[in-house]
Amino acid sequence: MVGADWPGVDPEWSREVEVVSTSGADAPGTVRRWHLLDNGAQLSRLGLTPAGTLLCVHGNPTWSYLWRTLLAAGSDPAHPWRVVAVDQLDMGYSERTGTFRRLADRINDLGDLTDAFGLDGNVVTVGHDWGGVISLGWALAHPQQLIGVVLTNTAVHQPAGSGIPPALRLALHPALHTWGTTTSDAFLRVTHSLAHPPLPADVRNAYMAPYRGADHRAGVGNFVADIPVDASHPSFSTLTSVAEGLRGLKVPALMLWGPRDPIFSDRYLKDLIGRLPHADVHRFEGAGHLVAEDRNITAPVFQWLAADVGGSQSDSPGAEHLTPGSQALADAAEPEPATFRPLWDQLGEQASGPAGGETAVAEMAPDGTLARSLSWQQLDRNILDLTAGLKEAGVRSGSRVSLMVPPGVDLTVALYACLRLGAVVVVADAGLGTKGLSRAVKGATPDFLIGIDKALAAASVLGWPGRRISVCDLPAARSRMLGVEASLEALARSGTGHGSGQVADTVDPDAAAAVLFTSGSTGPAKGVLYTHRQLAAMRDTVAATFGIRPGSRLVAGFAPFALLGPALGAVSVTPAMDVTAPRTLTAGALADAAAAIDATVVFASPAALRNVLATRDGLSAAGRKALEGVELLLSAGAPVPEPLLAEVQRLLPRASLHTPYGMTEALPVTDISLEQIQAADADAAAGAENPAGAVAGAGNGVCVGLPVHGARVAIVPLAADGTAPGSHPVTEPGVTGEILVSAPHVKEAYDRLWLTQQESAGLPGWHRTGDVGHFDAAGRLWVEGRLAHVVTAPGAVVTPVGAEQAIERLDSVRLAAITGVGPAGTQAVVAVVETLPPARKAGPAAPQLAGDVRRAAREAGVQVSAVLEVPAQPTDIRHNAKIDRTRLSRWASRVLAGGRPGKP
Amino acid sequence: MRVLVTGASGLLGGEVARLLVRQGHDVATFQRRPSGVDGATDFCGSVTDEEALRGAVEGAEGIIHLAAKVSFTGRAAEFDEVNVEGTRRLLQAARAAGVQDVVFVSSPSVANSGAAIAGLGAEPADPKRAHGDYSRTKAEAELLALAADAPGFQVAVVRPHIVWGPGDTQLVERVLARASRRRLPLLDAGAALIDTTYVDNAAAAIVAALHRMEHVHGRAVVVSNGEPRPVGELLAGICAAGGVPAPSWSVPGAVARAAGAVVEKLWTRAGRQEEPPMTRFLAEQLSNAHWFDQRETRELLNWTPAVSIDEGLARLADHYRSHSGAGARVYNRLPMSSNGASNI
Repeated sequence: MVGADWPGVDPEWSREVEVVSTSGADAPGTVRRWHLLDNGAQLSRLGLTPAGTLLCVHGNPTWSYLWRTLLAAGSDPAHPWRVVAVDQLDMGYSERTGTFRRLADRINDLGDLTDAFGLDGNVVTVGHDWGGVISLGWALAHPQQLIGVVLTNTAVHQPAGSGIPPALRLALHPALHTWGTTTSDAFLRVTHSLAHPPLPADVRNAYMAPYRGADHRAGVGNFVADIPVDASHPSFSTLTSVAEGLRGLKVPALMLWGPRDPIFSDRYLKDLIGRLPHADVHRFEGAGHLVAEDRNITAPVFQWLAADVGGSQSDSPGAEHLTPGSQALADAAEPEPATFRPLWDQLGEQASGPAGGETAVAEMAPDGTLARSLSWQQLDRNILDLTAGLKEAGVRSGSRVSLMVPPGVDLTVALYACLRLGAVVVVADAGLGTKGLSRAVKGATPDFLIGIDKALAAASVLGWPGRRISVCDLPAARSRMLGVEASLEALARSGTGHGSGQVADTVDPDAAAAVLFTSGSTGPAKGVLYTHRQLAAMRDTVAATFGIRPGSRLVAGFAPFALLGPALGAVSVTPAMDVTAPRTLTAGALADAAAAIDATVVFASPAALRNVLATRDGLSAAGRKALEGVELLLSAGAPVPEPLLAEVQRLLPRASLHTPYGMTEALPVTDISLEQIQAADADAAAGAENPAGAVAGAGNGVCVGLPVHGARVAIVPLAADGTAPGSHPVTEPGVTGEILVSAPHVKEAYDRLWLTQQESAGLPGWHRTGDVGHFDAAGRLWVEGRLAHVVTAPGAVVTPVGAEQAIERLDSVRLAAITGVGPAGTQAVVAVVETLPPARKAGPAAPQLAGDVRRAAREAGVQVSAVLEVPAQPTDIRHNAKIDRTRLSRWASRVLAGGRPGKP
Repeated sequence: MRVLVTGASGLLGGEVARLLVRQGHDVATFQRRPSGVDGATDFCGSVTDEEALRGAVEGAEGIIHLAAKVSFTGRAAEFDEVNVEGTRRLLQAARAAGVQDVVFVSSPSVANSGAAIAGLGAEPADPKRAHGDYSRTKAEAELLALAADAPGFQVAVVRPHIVWGPGDTQLVERVLARASRRRLPLLDAGAALIDTTYVDNAAAAIVAALHRMEHVHGRAVVVSNGEPRPVGELLAGICAAGGVPAPSWSVPGAVARAAGAVVEKLWTRAGRQEEPPMTRFLAEQLSNAHWFDQRETRELLNWTPAVSIDEGLARLADHYRSHSGAGARVYNRLPMSSNGASNI
């Protein structure tokens, strides 16, 4: 049996141990035979001193094979750890005892085992599935040895108000249980099939090997039968004591999770986070139950060990640059002195000031009239009323509240009420698409979901978590159907009685305030966590950079900024549009909104601006006049081409047009006006003519201007392999690399993406943006594309934007994308173009067009191998502007290998 | 240095010999008919003739071996006799005559099983997987040559990929002849990305190998322009240079590959001498990517291509403008086999 062909397992690790059992399932003095994988002897042979021991416990129906990559990594001289992965009794290659072992027995068994071979020194437990509970049981019983816990897809408690997962209910059903788990190998097969991507045949065989024959599978059936489904189950009290014991556990914890798990879904992760709030959590989007198979968990585990646990080697080199508080680079912005004014500070001042009776927030109706409006006093009161009402409904400081309400009065009131309560607002806009939105909401596991009717209906169909609160009062039948417990209207009414004195401004500035989702144009949308201090800093940066202050009157056609209006003390109006689709903003709707408040500022996304221009002929004289009053236009979210801005200028003749650059993680980073864009373009053109007399570094990218108030920007130079591995940020002109930003309004962390956060904050004090670009000699930043989209041609690292701009100057090209095919370092550069008029089908461009594109790219210094045309570029849903170059690269690889073109 | 070039009556062999002459070497050539290379001493004969070979290698310090039977069709035994046995005889004669350096000119098809190649280097020659008798026998010969590499008798292999240029009968004139008769389809819209080598660049790389033996002996390198292009665009460029209409119809690659395999067999069995309308080899060449990682080649040979594809096409167009304005008629002579080297 031992020494069979288990791919990935060094035969040296396999050993057996005889253990005297003290478990209740055995007669006193019974000796049990255990099989384990243990690299201890190997470490001794190699002369390596381990930092500690990882004690790994598999679940049902796997075995110690699950942990083979941890064993291999533990024997790596770079970070030696002893790894002991056990086969539980009746499981794997350990003894078939013929007993029924309950949870308490199994926790005790594990203690018997570690006693038997004298496991001493520091231990980090690692568990999966029901092995997670057992590992935690051991952990709680050995506090003097325990220095950390790692959990992967497991659970310690059935969260209130939810049944056990249907898949498990099926396995436990009396009619099926014995047949499904023991008589047949169905339970094994189903579990193995949960891997994404599917397990290779040899790995699947290795998992199956110890369980061939019904007599080897009794443990599998007993394990399932021992799941305490309710309080009457014999193992319930053991489970409860582990679950409660966890709350006292103070050692570092790491949770690595595969959310595509029909059993241990995100709600169990949320329950565990509630018990171990200090845990580092990483959800591998797309991975499932067998997360250790689906993803490389070894790298994060050892990175975490080095950073947060240390063992006996706390000063290992890996730990140095990851330890928070290690010496920050001199260039990174120093933290601002802690003069914290909460986000709603200005709001209260306005309400109690001379303008208290004037309009604060308003919403336009499609017919051009005001649909709703609140004065500052009304807004302030409504917020306080709702705060009291939400508190009564159970929303607490730290509760997560998903807001699925379109921008406007209701969202403003709900948002500020939640913030004042200390609740964490979760904002994912419908622009992510149903699938992306659903993934985002499930991953963030809100406790409450405040939504309009449509959102609540989606929540019920898609099974989104959180107690439901509707915006308006709903008919009783509808409320029941959607599972709605209360409405904002009702909560505000009940809160009114409590008066505004109830809410004290005692929110912790450094507590979490919001989770905002990225657009998902570069992979699955990521949740970005902000503290109250960081949100306040965002407000202050916008105020200082753009001069928006009390007395400013803004049309909020772009959601992220819309919510800042009240915080800035500015009057805000939401135009009549579908805010989830910026393209629906018409010139008339914009003008109506501007006229309603004599607007001085307009926020609109580039897609919205395009439609405003397309519909400008319908403008009335009054509408034009209203737009002439606008002094400042801000357009962000995607690059705004200069010709578009120049046309917008004609519509807004008095306005200064600005296109700030930033990202969900840092908004904004830099700013540039139309005049500055034109000057930068002129500098770039002059540089192309005569490099000697020009501004060094001007050109090759989109100029996004100078850093905003309080922000610092730097570059980590690109290496030949297209990565930015260095640790020395530079600001010299002409040096291309990853763009770093440091500012008080940069995000706190990625939510439940510990690994992603580690990468983005790898240079202390800086946020790695994932964008590439360079400075020019005038200190302006030029963005050249995404780091992930850099093409590594032989002898040249190619960033996409410069060549794309050159190609888009061709009359026949509307949108160009540069991507690469072939192995890194020797990639062939491919230009994918959307032509005017668009091509009917995707495929290689005609020789004439290909020649033109190639020449245009060559002038930008890029040698293009192939030119492909597509009827339409694949762009992101939110902005219809960011081209998915990664997807194009996959498509181009297929086409250029000789496949049929199909669609990108 | 006295250098013997075999197969110098072909496009590439002639160019190699001329380049060596220009570099001031003492150049001899060996092939069945006169090479036409000014300044070189011709030895006429076949690599199947040991006597003739012994005469030609006499006194040579270096040899560049290009002579081979190149064709899409023909009897397997002929390929073995010329390509495998011919190389074996040449190596024996060379070693006996005290020759120090041998460059064996091969083809990337020796390592091509028909699958797409995107950015790979020189994979080992594999006679079992190579498609067609030409590739199979070149693969066997290449293994022979590399096995012969030893101290004092250095052997290097250069595999130029799809060599073309003015006067090329293998690719350029085949393309023009087919296109002028509208018998040149694009396969799968002609998107497959392929590398090619302008003849001057290939010649320079081969000569560079002779001068860089201490770096390159015992190994094979693929040589190309390092400018992969979609095959359709390349064919269109060649057609434009030759003044014939570019291919405009497309068939699925899988269909063409299957049809080519059938046609190839029938043609061979029937003993027909004219060019078959489609062969499996050609279908593969036209429908699958094959482009290569040139970084190591350029470093080992200390060479970079001097003539770009665009420049090469311009030269090709000049060539057809200055030779005969008679259009398509020119392209109708299609030699079915030759001992001049070509490297498709």
